[in-house]
Amino acid sequence: MTEGRFHGTERYVATDDLMMAVNAAVTLGRPLLVKGEPGTGKTQLAEEVAFALNRPFIQWHIKSTVKAQQGLYEYDAVSRLRDSQLGEGRVHDISNYIVKGKLWEAFTADVQPVLLIDEIDKADIEFPNDLLLELDRMEFYVYETRQTVKAHHRPIIIITSNNEKELPDAFLRRCFFHYIRFPDKETMEQIVRVHYPDLKKRLLSEALEAFFEIREAPGLKKRPSTSELLDWIKLLVAEDIPPEALRGDQRKLIPPLYGALLKNEQDVHLFERLLFMSRRKKD
Amino acid sequence: MMTDFFFKLRKASIPVTLTEFLTLLEALHQRVTAHSVEEFYYLARAALIKDERHYDRFDQVFASHFKGLETLFDGLVGANVPLEWLRKLAELTLSEEDQQLIESMGGWEKLMETFAQRMAEQEGRHQGGNKWIGTAGTSPYGAYGYNPEGIRIGQDQSRHRRAVKVWDRREFRNLDDTVELGTRNIKVALRRLRRFAREGAAEELDLDDTIRSTARNAGWLDLKMVPERHNAVKVLLFLDVGGSMDDHVRACEELFSAARSEFKHLEYFYFHNMVYEGLWKDNRRRHTEKIDTLTVLHTFTRDYKLILVGDATMSPYEITYPGGSVEHFNPEAGDVWMSRLLAAWPRAIWLNPQSSNRWSYIPSIQMVRELMSDRMYPLTLEGLEQGIRALQQLR
Repeated sequence: MTEGRFHGTERYVATDDLMMAVNAAVTLGRPLLVKGEPGTGKTQLAEEVAFALNRPFIQWHIKSTVKAQQGLYEYDAVSRLRDSQLGEGRVHDISNYIVKGKLWEAFTADVQPVLLIDEIDKADIEFPNDLLLELDRMEFYVYETRQTVKAHHRPIIIITSNNEKELPDAFLRRCFFHYIRFPDKETMEQIVRVHYPDLKKRLLSEALEAFFEIREAPGLKKRPSTSELLDWIKLLVAEDIPPEALRGDQRKLIPPLYGALLKNEQDVHLFERLLFMSRRKKD
Repeated sequence: MMTDFFFKLRKASIPVTLTEFLTLLEALHQRVTAHSVEEFYYLARAALIKDERHYDRFDQVFASHFKGLETLFDGLVGANVPLEWLRKLAELTLSEEDQQLIESMGGWEKLMETFAQRMAEQEGRHQGGNKWIGTAGTSPYGAYGYNPEGIRIGQDQSRHRRAVKVWDRREFRNLDDTVELGTRNIKVALRRLRRFAREGAAEELDLDDTIRSTARNAGWLDLKMVPERHNAVKVLLFLDVGGSMDDHVRACEELFSAARSEFKHLEYFYFHNMVYEGLWKDNRRRHTEKIDTLTVLHTFTRDYKLILVGDATMSPYEITYPGGSVEHFNPEAGDVWMSRLLAAWPRAIWLNPQSSNRWSYIPSIQMVRELMSDRMYPLTLEGLEQGIRALQQLR
């Protein structure tokens, strides 16, 4: 039982509830649906689960044009057509033109793999419904060759969504669900430590202070997230910014290299105005 | 016990189904959790709740139900859990080191003894934060380290914060869908209105069908054409501006910008409080560039869907009497104009940014609601979704 459990990795800090969700999904062989603010490490989770459990990792990135069928297989009619015109021998065997999809790949892997279905909400509204049976029974039928592809091992399926579309209830019912909450200050400190182990303590605490100050500014259109904080700290280290420069009262303007945190012109203006007002109050 | 919990969740209008409930039971059966209430909470949440909007409601139900659970755990300890069973569990879950630690504390028997003693000393139901069970979060098992989570208590800094139960903190309060959210979500809601249709002449090459037909035709080219696909839905948006609407500018802005990017056929007009004989398109020139409502009525065909946005908070005279408007003298009353609008575009809804629990106290809202035959929805994500659904059902 303890073997094969996910406890996070040295590169990825997982909270207790996240670990529980992952372990439940792994134990019962059901898909895990992960939602959360952009930049909270949804996609990375799947990679880290694969890494921690030492499983092969298969990624299926979803775009608006992706069809569910493409995850199973595709029948390449065009090359068959071309081959038939050239009179090639292989044209008679239809299985030469069946191109395996990611799900097929995951089903027939020798070791139980981790399959990431990334950003499922980007696809057409019917997409999740088309995969219901396949994810439930972990098998599908290939009409062209009249064979049934069955999973050797139920793959660990992790699905991410950015909430752009509601997913159908029938689909949700088959998944475990986890919403990655924005980390609090302590967890955030752990996360940064994991990525930059030799960061000076003072710089870290000043940076976090400034970061949460920006995040809590009312009315921001796009609040900075974990990945943006990590980028920013990388820049701070690269530019060798002293921790004093981040301190609120000595700071002349908005934090240095703010471009990594605020990605919207209006947000920058708004934040400048807020700072200006708060300074005036102090004087 | 569990069944009760299930029905309580359903009663709190969280859409939990039997399948999900069975999943949870199966997970319990397979020992996914190691007997701590906190882990059970996480597991139940992952298995039963499929939308972060329901997290808060789930937390509340769990908290109320948990009161019973706590006493259950008490009973379990009071009944003296067979020592063998505990030992088995510990061997499974504890490392060599941990077991040595327990030995150094006097072994299992001693530990159980002190434990029982403390339980006896303690009066009443234990709260999350007290000396006995407090550090352990909630579970008596955790307190004395019968699971790996428990043994770490006191060493792991972050665990101490758990004195307040996770579900009691209700951190997901702001994710409930009765609060307004950003434009992206509004766009998603509006997207439901989309109705793709292929209308008009077939002028686009249907590549897939052509290839399929050609291949099936054993290589003889068989061209297939389809008409272009586009969003066929048409929307008229009437927005109330000024006065009491100033409080709701942001919500309306968000709705407006979302709607603008979502629909190709979108026409918008402004009005103040109530629709009368004139509408305008530019708020700064509202007095000079008025458009006759009658013209608008005749310009847009019946297949347009009408969305009125306004707080409907005004004097009842503005609705029922000619000359009741606060801005000008209107020859005909507001409700006359409303019935004309509804006759021209029967598929109509009213979105109200005023929070819905105050509707019943404002007479004018009641009147407008009646005029709209109850199709007034709050301008929240949930309300918008209901409204859009109502629009789709009106054929």
